[in-house]
Amino acid sequence: MADAEVSNVKTLQVKRFKPSENPKSTFFSEEKGLWAWMTTVDHKKIGLMYLGSVALFFLLGGALALLLRTELLTPAKTFIEADTYNQFFTLHGAIMVFFVLIPSIPAALGNFVLPMQLGAKDVAFPRLNLASFYIYVVGAIFTFIALANNGLDTGWTFYTPYSTGSTSSVVWVTLGVFILGFSSILTGTNFITTVHKLRAPGITWGKLPLNIWALYATSIIQVLATPVLAITVLLLTMERTLGIGIFDPALGGDPVLFQHFFWFYSHPAVYIMIVPGFGIISEVITAFSKKHIFGYWAIALSSLAIAFIGFLVWGHHMFTSGQSAVATTIFSFLTFLVGIPTGIKILNWVATLYKGSIEMKTPMLYVFMFLFLFSIGGFTGIMLGSLSADIHLHDTYYVVAHFHYVMMGGTLIALLAGLHYWWPKMTGKMYNETQGKIAAFLIFVGFNMTFLPQFIMGSQGMPRRYYNYIDQFTPFHQTSTIGSYVLGVGFLLIAYYLFRSIFSDERAPSNPWNSRGLEWQSTSPPDLHNFDHTPVVIHGPYDYHKPMEEFQLGLAASHNGHGGHGHGESVEVTTETEKA
Amino acid sequence: MANQTSSHPAHVHHHFVDSDQQFDTAKMGMWVFLVNEILFFGGLFCAYIVYRTWYPELFSEAAHELNTLWGAVNTVVLIGSSLTVAMAIRSAQKNQTKGLKINLLITIALACVFMVIKGFEYSHKFHLGIFPGEYYTFTGIEHPQANIFFSIYYMLTGVHALHVLVGIGLITWIYLRARKGEFSSEYYTPVEITGLYWHLVDLIWIFLFPLLYLIE
Ligand code: HEM
Ligand SMILES: [Cu+2]
Repeated sequence: MADAEVSNVKTLQVKRFKPSENPKSTFFSEEKGLWAWMTTVDHKKIGLMYLGSVALFFLLGGALALLLRTELLTPAKTFIEADTYNQFFTLHGAIMVFFVLIPSIPAALGNFVLPMQLGAKDVAFPRLNLASFYIYVVGAIFTFIALANNGLDTGWTFYTPYSTGSTSSVVWVTLGVFILGFSSILTGTNFITTVHKLRAPGITWGKLPLNIWALYATSIIQVLATPVLAITVLLLTMERTLGIGIFDPALGGDPVLFQHFFWFYSHPAVYIMIVPGFGIISEVITAFSKKHIFGYWAIALSSLAIAFIGFLVWGHHMFTSGQSAVATTIFSFLTFLVGIPTGIKILNWVATLYKGSIEMKTPMLYVFMFLFLFSIGGFTGIMLGSLSADIHLHDTYYVVAHFHYVMMGGTLIALLAGLHYWWPKMTGKMYNETQGKIAAFLIFVGFNMTFLPQFIMGSQGMPRRYYNYIDQFTPFHQTSTIGSYVLGVGFLLIAYYLFRSIFSDERAPSNPWNSRGLEWQSTSPPDLHNFDHTPVVIHGPYDYHKPMEEFQLGLAASHNGHGGHGHGESVEVTTETEKA
Repeated sequence: MANQTSSHPAHVHHHFVDSDQQFDTAKMGMWVFLVNEILFFGGLFCAYIVYRTWYPELFSEAAHELNTLWGAVNTVVLIGSSLTVAMAIRSAQKNQTKGLKINLLITIALACVFMVIKGFEYSHKFHLGIFPGEYYTFTGIEHPQANIFFSIYYMLTGVHALHVLVGIGLITWIYLRARKGEFSSEYYTPVEITGLYWHLVDLIWIFLFPLLYLIE
């Protein structure tokens, strides 16, 4: 690639472009109709289509979760068979991981926001972007075929040798996941290139929004880890169709090799899920404390550090799988190391709040929830990373609670923060603040009610993925089930008021939160080309002490026909020119 | 970040400022994609390393079943095709449409030769009963786990051959566009990035050949 970076200062003629509060044309009003949507290469429409699909899958995965919890109301059979139970937890896990969490923030919100935060008109490869959406759809169809056809009962981890022998439709799902992987890889490739090549004048690496740093780190993990998952599921597919025996001890193969391959992807994948959440938190926490972020570089670079160390810890999922003692010890040590960049982030966010003018709007409520829940998730992760503790806790509900605290308490809550934060930009409509707060409260209470008891019963020895349990655990399971109903109500409420806002006539202002982020300097919803000028950036995205006008600059003489030709004033911007 | 161009030629998509930016972007995208290809094969190479450390005798014994001569011929064929694809890019840069088309055609022909030879190798093995995994019936190798070597062989060369096929498709597409006169020294991005892809396919074979055929 041989990028030579030349930093130089250039003088540009700029003028102020104040976003209109009453835009005549938006990306909704242009290119209308079903066909236009389905063939669009506009990153905003593609982002919204992802959002819709992710929401559908979340509904499906969530319904399965409620069924699972209902079955667990009583120690013995409540209403479904053990086999059905196995299929439900497998599908719940696979759907939530592969179809919801992995694409949710990058492909849905990221697609919408990333080019706008860079001041670009689109991502680097718009057609590839549309292709990756359709690849996602094809992957989804494969999974539905499996659903209709015997289901799947291997757990979302597809461990061999069970998965090579199982009579359920493993191949359909592994092929689905294989295809889905391409969607993820293409999105990552697209984002990396966009961040490098399509930044508006003045956006240097030091002025990139932290959301972009986070998406950038995520894309790197996607590009480096996903192909390994692809080859793993391909080998598993071949194992089932041609019996190649690489994971089959009877033919001289090794099932633990599958676990290594799987976790080499899936541990980094947990960072594919959480790192974009970190990005949202940085955006929202500054916007609602009206303050510069504390430790910009610490937060930006710790994302990259997490991406890097995240590749070296996969063995912590295999402490009890017969890995050598030396390997286990090293993996345990490296696992502790991941806690450091993660902790750095949390502390910097908390420091950002200090002396800020904090506004407790719905997105900010979710940020506080995130800080609280994700910390619990992280700390319990460290406990699981300690060898002797994990021997006891492995494959119990303690692990289940850990990863729900990080994936749901972390990623999903961050997603909700971002969804509420960008909702007015994406749809041009405002949701009902009171209902937003009520839903946030329900989700917080429901979440803790569901998963706190799981820590306790896990540490007392309740194994995960069991259909029955001994009486001693009844109160914990029942609390957990009731909590999950509360959660369900919370989500339904969110769905209700978001839907209602779409059909209301009230228009959201272009920048309801007075954010300094570049994406807010467009109309709500944005123009088809995002901005009707080429934005020029002279301040960092969190410079809340600078006046708003200075964040609304654009090239005075536009070269592409958009925008006006008035006389501008000149500003000096630093440009980093990248030549390949 | 160039930002002061006036003209917007037809081949430049609307979201790019100018032709240079579009070219750099496309090239970088391809590089990122190639990194991910390397990791894709990396998983298979990793399986190779694991089983070779476990069964070193098997690997040296089984490698004798592979035909070194044809492997070597294929290596030369692919390296040749890498050369012609590089010459195609050069022709495009120098506005020589004829040279571009001829070089692309030679590249396609060489890639087909590779596939044909590979096909003969495969059918010879199937004939002997050397199938992957459980279908393996060959008795010429003493080692009880002989099938594992061939499973890895088929996976590695099979996935590689798939990449060759994709390459043939891509280069044919480039050829058809070249015939319509779409490329010139002003715009040859698709030629260049397809060339990059083709070099990677070649490079992977250069690793596969010694790792599979030349084990002593
Ligand atoms: C400080 C950071 C973290 C540490 C130290 C950590 C540590 C661990 C350890 C040691 C395990 C294995 C437990 C066992 O199976 O016995 C585990 C499981 C898991 N973790 Fe984490 N974790 C961290 C953060 C995360 C994050 C951010 C996510 C996802 C967003 C996550 C998702 C998971 C999942 C899904 C599993 C269980 C996989 C399964 O067996 O099904 N973890 N974690
Ligand atoms: Cu892990």
